[in-house]
Amino acid sequence: MRARVFITPKKGVLDPQGKAIEHSLHALQFTEAHDVHLGKYVELTLEGSDRDRASRRLDEMCRKLLANGVIEDYRFELEE
Amino acid sequence: MRWGVVTFPGSNDDHDTLYALDHVLGEEVVSLWHKERDLKQVYCVVLPGGFSYGDYLRCGALARFSPVMEAVIEFAHAGGLVFGICNGFQVLCEAGLLPGALVRNRSLRFVCEAVHLRLEEAETPFTCRCTPGEVLTIPIKHGEGCYVADAATLDQLESNHQVVLRYVDASGRATEAANPNGSLNNIAGIVNARRNVFGLMPHPEHASEKIQGSEDGLKLFRSVLAAYDEREHQRMASVAPGH
Repeated sequence: MRARVFITPKKGVLDPQGKAIEHSLHALQFTEAHDVHLGKYVELTLEGSDRDRASRRLDEMCRKLLANGVIEDYRFELEE
Repeated sequence: MRWGVVTFPGSNDDHDTLYALDHVLGEEVVSLWHKERDLKQVYCVVLPGGFSYGDYLRCGALARFSPVMEAVIEFAHAGGLVFGICNGFQVLCEAGLLPGALVRNRSLRFVCEAVHLRLEEAETPFTCRCTPGEVLTIPIKHGEGCYVADAATLDQLESNHQVVLRYVDASGRATEAANPNGSLNNIAGIVNARRNVFGLMPHPEHASEKIQGSEDGLKLFRSVLAAYDEREHQRMASVAPGH
């Protein structure tokens, strides 16, 4: 089973990279772009076919390692 | 007393720390490889600066799961002294031994310079030879040293007197201009509530000889020695035969 994990800075945590990207977009005249945040994207393949179990295990992976709950939020998608 | 200095793959200030403790202070010090689980009965474990595991995923995130860290976490929970410098501070936050996190400098630039630090707390084993309010000069060199924590954690750190070092100007004022990385409340170093785990972004091992421009870092290492002597003194007193 293929999984995609999206990790983003928590709201309220300083995100200087997002800010810098936003400034550059504005400099390029993409002035409609706001609230830019830079995160991480992780792809992985999971053994087994039980989606509930995969979901639980992925959540645990995110909490234990892939994201730091102090500064980051996460969400994930599972594909067949 | 015996010190231990951990080496993770990617640590690069481990030998500078070994040098400061061994050659400058003349202390007994052992090197602890990241795959070891035996801390060799050290009194204080130092997690050094560097780029453990290449800083992959997040600074300190992978080091936190190395075998030696299991032993360090157990050691800390038993009251052992843990001294995390720069990447070591990041590892301690990732391991949950210290609150908060260290993120990319607000300037997005790597900073490498000597900074002024105000000593806020002398009632810790890491600062007991310092004077509250004194200004130390110690270098920093990091890209991810901006200390962040939620408002409740920050309040708790301040009210429990866990903020040990703050970035200040030469006259000791914690101004915005004196903050090199955007850290909340100009925080440069903290201890846990039990005061046996210390993390700081500045590098005391790089301020331990005159040739480095400052010897202020030694005050922190010497504090640990004083804390050890105090403990030994108390232990001797408690086992001395009564009269």
